[in-house]
Amino acid sequence: MQKYLTGLLGWVDDRFPLTANWKAHLSEYYAPKNFNFWYFFGSLALLVLVLQIVTGIFLTMNYKPDAELAFASVEYIMRDVSWGWLIRYMHSTGASMFFVVVYLHMFRGLIYGSYRNPRELIWLFGVGIFLALMGEAFFGYLLPWGQMSYWGAQVIINLFTSIPFVGPDISLWLRGDYMVSDATLNRFFAFHVIALPLVLLGLVAAHIIALHEVGSNNPDGVEIKKHKDPETGIPLDGIPFHPYYTVKDIVGVSVFLIVFSAIIFFAPEMGGYFLEANNFIPADPLKTPSHIAPVWYFTPYYSILRAVPPIMNSQFPGVAAMGLSVVIFALLPWLDRSPVKSIRYRGPIYKVWLALFVVSFLILGYLGTEPSNVWGVFDPSTFMVGGADRATVVARIFTVVYFLFFILMPWYTSIDKTKPVPERVTG
Amino acid sequence: MKKVLLLVGLLLPVLAMANESVHLDHALIDPNNQASLQRGARTFVNYCLSCHSAAYMRYNRLKDIGLSDAEIKSNLMFAGEKVGDTMTVTMPKRDAKSWFGATPPDLSVQARAYANGPDWLYSYLRGFYRDDTRPTGWNNTVYDKVAMPHVLWQLQGEQTLKVQKIVDEHGHEVEKHTLVLTKPGVLEPAQYDAMVADLVNYLVFMGEPAKGLRLQLGLIVILFLGLLFIVAYYLKKEFWKDIH
Repeated sequence: MQKYLTGLLGWVDDRFPLTANWKAHLSEYYAPKNFNFWYFFGSLALLVLVLQIVTGIFLTMNYKPDAELAFASVEYIMRDVSWGWLIRYMHSTGASMFFVVVYLHMFRGLIYGSYRNPRELIWLFGVGIFLALMGEAFFGYLLPWGQMSYWGAQVIINLFTSIPFVGPDISLWLRGDYMVSDATLNRFFAFHVIALPLVLLGLVAAHIIALHEVGSNNPDGVEIKKHKDPETGIPLDGIPFHPYYTVKDIVGVSVFLIVFSAIIFFAPEMGGYFLEANNFIPADPLKTPSHIAPVWYFTPYYSILRAVPPIMNSQFPGVAAMGLSVVIFALLPWLDRSPVKSIRYRGPIYKVWLALFVVSFLILGYLGTEPSNVWGVFDPSTFMVGGADRATVVARIFTVVYFLFFILMPWYTSIDKTKPVPERVTG
Repeated sequence: MKKVLLLVGLLLPVLAMANESVHLDHALIDPNNQASLQRGARTFVNYCLSCHSAAYMRYNRLKDIGLSDAEIKSNLMFAGEKVGDTMTVTMPKRDAKSWFGATPPDLSVQARAYANGPDWLYSYLRGFYRDDTRPTGWNNTVYDKVAMPHVLWQLQGEQTLKVQKIVDEHGHEVEKHTLVLTKPGVLEPAQYDAMVADLVNYLVFMGEPAKGLRLQLGLIVILFLGLLFIVAYYLKKEFWKDIH
């Protein structure tokens, strides 16, 4: 039996680089031996991507992209399709958990300088994945055709209207109608189930190919390829991805799946953050909900949108700031001028700025889920801000901090005191 | 840094709960109480299902609350439907709109349509009071100017809204609203509350019939994953012995 299998493998290898690829990407891909907690989230993101695709395929078998039928078909999946409720909850929870792991994955890149030379392209492909993921989530959110689906899409598409000169035409073109309608639902379905998944898969492949070309960064931010065994050419601090990181990732996967299952089985709505109550009401173009908020993973940017005041009666500055707040991540490799990569060897100034950024992101994220009057208004006699929404003022301050983290980065990273970086990885 | 993150993470849910406008009474419901669910189903088909549909709910799903096909057919189906049919109504939507000013919403997932569905429904169904300025003669403390008349009035009786001006602990003068039962109904107030709780229990069940299975299964799945974690943890430790 063994003989025949080896023979078959040889037959394939003569025609397709199966063994060569296995070695290049798994058994002879040498990763630094000092990966920590933060290094679980890349493989977890891949896991969630696969889960979303598989559950998505099964949802597509029963979902109807039709304004008259969409809402009912989702309830049909929840009630009459065998295990439909499980597949649907996996998909809806998966959408949120995708952002959880991607945000943690990005934060890892931030603290260990994984975007720095020579990994700029990995980072750029990553930002591309993030943008595609946001598009994927946005298009998918319309499909259940509930009130929040409908009005969320209405609000976001209307943002494009504010672009000078071409805005109204662009939003009409996106919608395919003068209001969000069956035409919009159909094209969003097409984007969600085929267009963006293809883009995502392509970018993920590019992300991993680029990573395996230059090799992984690590919590010390030192290049393990600088110190190779003179005989074998294998990095001294490197260990084969398989079996070492495959078995380690299985531990991460089982912990992740426990959290994931706890949400699916015990709190699929996650207190209204993963599935909003308003979305259990069918879309009604004649009834605007009193409070329209995007799902939690968009709220930091939504807060920035609301925080920027209109200029000359145009909402465009807010829209531009929101767009910039997302794509500005792409500039990180060129904004960071620190001589060291990892936070372990950076000085206090960077650490303070990073902490401020994280706090801004979280506070903006929270404020984006609430109406702008959530904290009431300042007393009219207050200096400068009298009569203004407290939450709006706070959102403005943190919007400024959010952008200053990036804009001032070339300055504070170059003056910051750094610690000496070791030659080899530690621990 | 980590402490700041943890602190902010812990505070977020507190901030999220900070704002609640209408006071809601807590609905004491037990999804495992089949008798309560069955009483709720009876109230639902007798009082709600003539105007409100539950178009995603099949009659035979009531087997999940311990009824047989024969029991469903003889006790809960009145118009010769098949037991696999969904709970539809014959009242045309257009007529409903002209009679009530609004089409009665489908109630299949109504219990999930509010942030605090069960409490909202429980308070709403007990919050009707006489208001002669309304076309139906009824208003509601939870849903002001609601289009729906008080369908359960014979059971509850008639309430009126008593408005008192009182001074609160901050020294501000505020209006205090209390409902007073001015004409008793067939049921005692406690009986009526219990009946509404049963109905809400049923509506919650109907909002997600698979919920019971979901909760049961969750424990088994997490137990299995816990075992997987233990195996995976020791497997990793074994493999990594020669690294660290």
